[in-house]
Amino acid sequence: MGRYIARRLLETIPLMLIISIFVFMFIHLIPGDPARTLAGVEATPEEIEAIREEFGLNDPLLKQYADYMIGLFKGDMGRSLKSNIPVTELIWSRFQFTIQLVCAGLVWAPFLGIFIGVMCAIKRGTWVDLGGMFLAICGLSAPGFWLGLMGIQFFSVKMGMLPSAGLESWKSLVLPSLVMGTGIMATLARYSRSSMLETLREDYVRTARAKGQKESIVMFRHAFKNSLIQVVTILGLQIGGLLSGSVITENIFSIPGMGRLLVDSISFRDYPVIQGLLMIFALQYVLINLVVDVLYGVINPKIRLD
Amino acid sequence: MEKNVILSLKNVSKTFPVGKSLLGRPTKFVHAVNDVSFDVYEGETFSIVGESGCGKSTTGRLINHLLIPDSGEIWFQGKEISHISQDEMRPIRKDMQMIFQDPAGSLNPRMRVSELIEEPLLIHTDMSAEERAKIVNNLLKIVGLSDKHASRYPHEFSGGQKQRIGIARALTVNPHLVIADEPISALDVSIQAQVLNLLHKLQEEYKLTYVFISHDLSVVEMISDRIAVMYLGFVVETAPKEMLYKTPLHPYTEALLSAVPIPDPTLHKERIILEGDIPSTINLPKGCPFAARCKKCRPECLEQRPERVEVEPGHFVACHLYKK
Repeated sequence: MGRYIARRLLETIPLMLIISIFVFMFIHLIPGDPARTLAGVEATPEEIEAIREEFGLNDPLLKQYADYMIGLFKGDMGRSLKSNIPVTELIWSRFQFTIQLVCAGLVWAPFLGIFIGVMCAIKRGTWVDLGGMFLAICGLSAPGFWLGLMGIQFFSVKMGMLPSAGLESWKSLVLPSLVMGTGIMATLARYSRSSMLETLREDYVRTARAKGQKESIVMFRHAFKNSLIQVVTILGLQIGGLLSGSVITENIFSIPGMGRLLVDSISFRDYPVIQGLLMIFALQYVLINLVVDVLYGVINPKIRLD
Repeated sequence: MEKNVILSLKNVSKTFPVGKSLLGRPTKFVHAVNDVSFDVYEGETFSIVGESGCGKSTTGRLINHLLIPDSGEIWFQGKEISHISQDEMRPIRKDMQMIFQDPAGSLNPRMRVSELIEEPLLIHTDMSAEERAKIVNNLLKIVGLSDKHASRYPHEFSGGQKQRIGIARALTVNPHLVIADEPISALDVSIQAQVLNLLHKLQEEYKLTYVFISHDLSVVEMISDRIAVMYLGFVVETAPKEMLYKTPLHPYTEALLSAVPIPDPTLHKERIILEGDIPSTINLPKGCPFAARCKKCRPECLEQRPERVEVEPGHFVACHLYKK
C-alpha cells in the first residue's frame, strides 16, 4: 500500500509538468495585456513598455515558461502583477476560506445524499422512493446562484436569521454550505440509489437472507458496503469540483476564496495568479483521485493494490 | 421401516406479476409454480428435474422462504412455514440451509472466508470467537480446504473451491435439510464429480436431507433417492429413482430420459424428439400442460387437467393415460 501511494505520488510529477505546459500556453492565448491594465488608462506607451520589461513579459514565451518552472521548483510561483504579493501567499490566504466552504458543504451533503439514495433503493417504488428522487431532481436542477439568492432573500432579508455576506461566525457558513452541498447531495442520492439497487440484486444478498440474517444487517453489511464503490468515485469527483468550483458561492456571499481570486485575476490578466490557481486546482484533482483509488482497495478487496 | 416426512409441499402455487396498467396494477401473471405437492423423507436425496424455466428453482426458493407462495402449504418438521413472518422464519433457517448455483456471485466479495462461514453462527448461536473459529477451521477441512484459507477473500479461489466454501457455509449450523439449487452446474465436469462426492460424503456423515435441483439427468441419477419431474410449473411425475429410470410413465419423462446420452458409441438409442414449443406460462393451457407436445394426446387432455394418481406404491404421475 505504501509503495503504491509513493509510486502514484511520483507519477504526479510528469503529469503536473504536462498540465503546467497547457496552463501556461493557454493563459497567454487569452487576449489582453496585463501591463496595460496595470499601468492604467492614462499611461504613456513608454510606461507600459517599462512595466512589460520589469515583469519579463517581453521575453520569448519559452524563456518565460522556463523562468516560471524554475521558480516553481523552488516553491516560488512569482508575484501577483496586481498587488505584488507573492502568489503562494495570496493563494494560501484565500485557500483557507475556500476550504471552510468545502468542509461546510461536506459536513452534511454526502451523508444525507447517500442516506436518501439507500432508503430510496430499499423502499423502491414506494412514496419514500418517489419523494427522495423528487428531492434529488430538484437539488440537481436548482442552480447554485438561484439557491443562494433565495436563501439570502428568505433567511437574511425576511427572517434576519443569517448573515448574507462575509465569513465571521459559523452562522455565515450556513447558507454557503447549503449552496455548496445541495448539488452533491442530489448527485449522490441518485448514484447511491442505482448502485444500491444493483447490489441488492446480487446473489450474495440472497445468500445472506437464506442464512437467516437480519434484514438490517443484510442491507448494511452485504448490500450497502458493496454499493459504496461507485459512490466513492462520484464523491471524489464532486469534491474536486467543489474545491475549484466555489466561484459562484463565493461571489454570492462575498467570500474572498480561491474562486473569487480566479475571477478577479482573469479580468485583470494577472498571469502568475491564474497559473498558480490552475496548478493548485489540477493538483487537488490528482490528489483526490489518488485518495479515491486507495479507498477502492479498502472497500473492495478484489482491487486491493500492491 | 416407517420413514419420517421432513418436508411436505401441499398444492403450492406461485405467480409473478408482469406488465403494468396505467394505475400500476399488474396486468398479467407468470404461473411459475402450479399446484405442486410432494413429500421429502428424512435422510434422502430428493431431486427436482426439468428444463430451464420449469419452476424448479422457484420451488426451491419457496421452500426456503425466500419467496412466499400464493396458495398452498409448506410443512417443515411438522410446522407450516409458508406464511410465517421473516422473524418467525429466522430460527427455522438454522435447520434449513441453501447452496446456490453461482458460487462466485453468492459470496460477498468484501468478506473473508472465515467471516462468510461463521456468519450463520453469529446469527443463530452465541458462541465465542474461539469456538466459532474452531468450527470454521473444521468445516474448511471437511470440504477439502485448509485453515490457512480462512483469512482469504472469495476472489482468491477457483470456482470449485468457492462452491466448497458455499457448502461449508451452508453446513455451519448443522442443518437437517439442505436445498441445493443447481450446485454444480456452474462448475467444470471434473470439479462437478468432486463436489458431488463431497455432498454425498457429507450426507452420510451428518444425516442430511437434500433437495437437489438440477437439469442434469445423469447427475440426478447418480445421487437421488427419489425424483420429481417438473414441466411448466407442474410436477408431472414423482417416483423413486429406479422406478423412474426403468419405467417412466409420463410421456414427458420418457422424452426427457431418452435425451440422456449413453457413454457407449456402439449403442444406438431411440430418441423421442419433442415437437412444438413450451406453452406460455402467462396463459396456461386449460388441460394438461404437456398436451400440446404430447404424442399420446387425447381429446380429454386438452380439456381437463390430469389428477395426480399413484400408479404403483410411491410412483405418482399426473397424466390421463393412467387414470383409474
